[in-house]
Amino acid sequence: MAALTVISRKPLSFVFCSMAILGAFAGLLIGMALNVAPLGLICGAVLSVGLSFVVLSVMDNEKIARWGLLAFWSVCGLFSFGLAGGLAGILWGWFFGWFVFWLFEGRYRARLQPYLSPKQVLWHFSFRVICGAIFTYLITPIIVVMPLSFNSQDFFTFTPEMLQFDPAGYSLKHYKDFLNNNEWQRSFKNSLMIAPIATIISVCLGTLAAIGLSQSHVPFKRLIMALLISPMIVPLIISATGMFFFYASVGNFLENSLGIDKNFVGYVKVVLAHSVLGIPFVIITVTATLVGFDNSLTRAAANMGADPITTFFKVQMPLILPGVISGGLFAFITSFDEVVVIMFVGSASQKTLPWQMFTGLREQISPTILAVATILVVFSIVLLATLELLRRRSEKLRGLSPI
Amino acid sequence: MNVTKTFVATAALSLVTGLVIAEEMTIVSWGGAYSKSQLNAYHNPYSAKTGVTILNDDSSSTAVAKLRAMNEANNVTWDVVDVEAGPAMQLCDEGLAMVIDPDTMLAPAPDGTSAADDFGDMLVSECFIPQIVYSTTFGYRTDLVGSTAPTSVCDVFNTAAYPGKRSLFSVPINTMEWALLCDGVAKTDIYDVLETPEGQDQALAKLDTIKDDVIWVSSGSDTPQLLADGEVIMGATYNGRLFALIEEQKQPVAMIWDGQVMDLDGWIIPTGLSPERQARALDFIMFATDTQRLADQAKWISYGPARASSAPLVGKHAELGIEMGPHMPTAPENLERAFLMNYGFWADYRDDLDAKFQAWLAK
Repeated sequence: MAALTVISRKPLSFVFCSMAILGAFAGLLIGMALNVAPLGLICGAVLSVGLSFVVLSVMDNEKIARWGLLAFWSVCGLFSFGLAGGLAGILWGWFFGWFVFWLFEGRYRARLQPYLSPKQVLWHFSFRVICGAIFTYLITPIIVVMPLSFNSQDFFTFTPEMLQFDPAGYSLKHYKDFLNNNEWQRSFKNSLMIAPIATIISVCLGTLAAIGLSQSHVPFKRLIMALLISPMIVPLIISATGMFFFYASVGNFLENSLGIDKNFVGYVKVVLAHSVLGIPFVIITVTATLVGFDNSLTRAAANMGADPITTFFKVQMPLILPGVISGGLFAFITSFDEVVVIMFVGSASQKTLPWQMFTGLREQISPTILAVATILVVFSIVLLATLELLRRRSEKLRGLSPI
Repeated sequence: MNVTKTFVATAALSLVTGLVIAEEMTIVSWGGAYSKSQLNAYHNPYSAKTGVTILNDDSSSTAVAKLRAMNEANNVTWDVVDVEAGPAMQLCDEGLAMVIDPDTMLAPAPDGTSAADDFGDMLVSECFIPQIVYSTTFGYRTDLVGSTAPTSVCDVFNTAAYPGKRSLFSVPINTMEWALLCDGVAKTDIYDVLETPEGQDQALAKLDTIKDDVIWVSSGSDTPQLLADGEVIMGATYNGRLFALIEEQKQPVAMIWDGQVMDLDGWIIPTGLSPERQARALDFIMFATDTQRLADQAKWISYGPARASSAPLVGKHAELGIEMGPHMPTAPENLERAFLMNYGFWADYRDDLDAKFQAWLAK
């Protein structure tokens, strides 16, 4: 399609106006950082138009002009803001050079249909810029903590050494602290123990509930469904308060009347509470997979003499497995991330990672939290990637196209 | 598949039971450098001596509410709780803390002075086991306050001489006292004035003058972070946090000792423990209130030991080798301009003033 669109040079006035807007915006950002916003805006616009004029009208050699811009901006950045500024300058200089010729040579039309009106072209690119801005907005808060976790100081601060990429400003000491500190290790182990067990319970109960609710003869289906899903809808703090009193009585009974070890009871309480929170996720995902499940398969299995249990494991389970697994992953993450219920139901020996992070953040702002957060983010990305791969696989198996 | 899962679950659960056989006790504290100092001075030596595993739960900031809930649910999971003097009185009044007899339950001084005499005035409530004297005071960025460094707590209210943000705790305690002090009320009259609605309004009116320049914080770690970031030019926090910020983290920060509000922190033992847990908690307390142990804590954090016989034993910081004496809120030159909090007043008025203060904050 690209070959169909003939591109041609655009008038300089159009290029200069666009570059003025870009320059003004960049100048405004830098000006705001230095508390001289209006000055930055004007300087940015003037500088941007001036440079565009030089490279387009005076030099008229794209290669040299683009290298020149790269050099100009990186030197500017280096002298104004040090090494980090220099790096930013290289990126900006590259973008600036690319952008000015992209506009001037009319390359922006190269991949679009030739019949689009200027307004449609504008919208085409605005739409992408808006999408990019939304993506940045979502992801920046997560990304920004990652470099901070390598801080050599004990604060959530980008130190001058860090900004100058001085190796002295970085260290792995917060990761070491996480690995060597008893409190962190204990809570990490607790999380790794509680979350899988709670997940297994949620998956078993949730899958059974979803299959039961998908049968046509069950009365009050919607009501039961709503009740089962309520832990997800009721504000967590309310569930947590209720669970605190409920499990306190359960715990007292187990400890005093049955004489079970106090710590073991503590874990049982937390695991049960977390599995309650996980069940709704399993029900929802499994119910969703059951919608596409062909019930004549179970009838066919019964027709061939399989009992319901064999039918379930041999016929139904393999087909709904992706739903079960993704529900299980959600249940796992729910338990692994949970901070409210555990603080009510658990005692210090059941302290989980999120609890430790919460108190750590409240009582002592230590970048160890950021190191752990970085580890968890990477962990979550891996988990979600698995989820997505499974989903695709299930769709392929069922012959549905990806939505 | 389900059978396998059941096996896994059973195996995992039995693993959990296998892991916990040693005797355990849960001690609640404040976290950070403070918990570390207790770990070094009390918990580790006690574990080494008795074999009891001590779990540290950094929940002191919500101790009163949580203890109430635990008591109601008849499920107290804490053995020893670290609280300030005011909340200790509150818990004592509500019957949530055990009454302590200093002569039989706390260790006497090495020279034979009874614990009651050695702790003296620090025994502010019959349930309270004093541990340290700390103060809430101000730190400022030496590079952001101009050429004349602030010397008085009232410089916090002087936005003309010291423009910029300052951080204050979003609670009435300390904040209202400072406001009255800097509005010309004499130190000795502050609590009489604060008892009256007019006095409370006067304090809030004084705070109104700086409200736009205040960043309100809720925990002791906030102000050090804000100071390190340079987001505030001065801010209130505990003197131990400022010590760590200045001496351990080497930040360009200095302290204002003027108007430091001294408060006590110590332990209580919750009521409703089983006899054996209570016995263990008392054994720990007997061990930890020893003259030498209280002095040991000061090796790790700049809080003054609560018993008189410990003061001469305070030495150098265990890691930095700094003489700790001058960094104590109780050091003579720091004590000179201190302001002693009236715990009884706050035990009575805390809930009311909290409500009033929060309403003012929201305005």
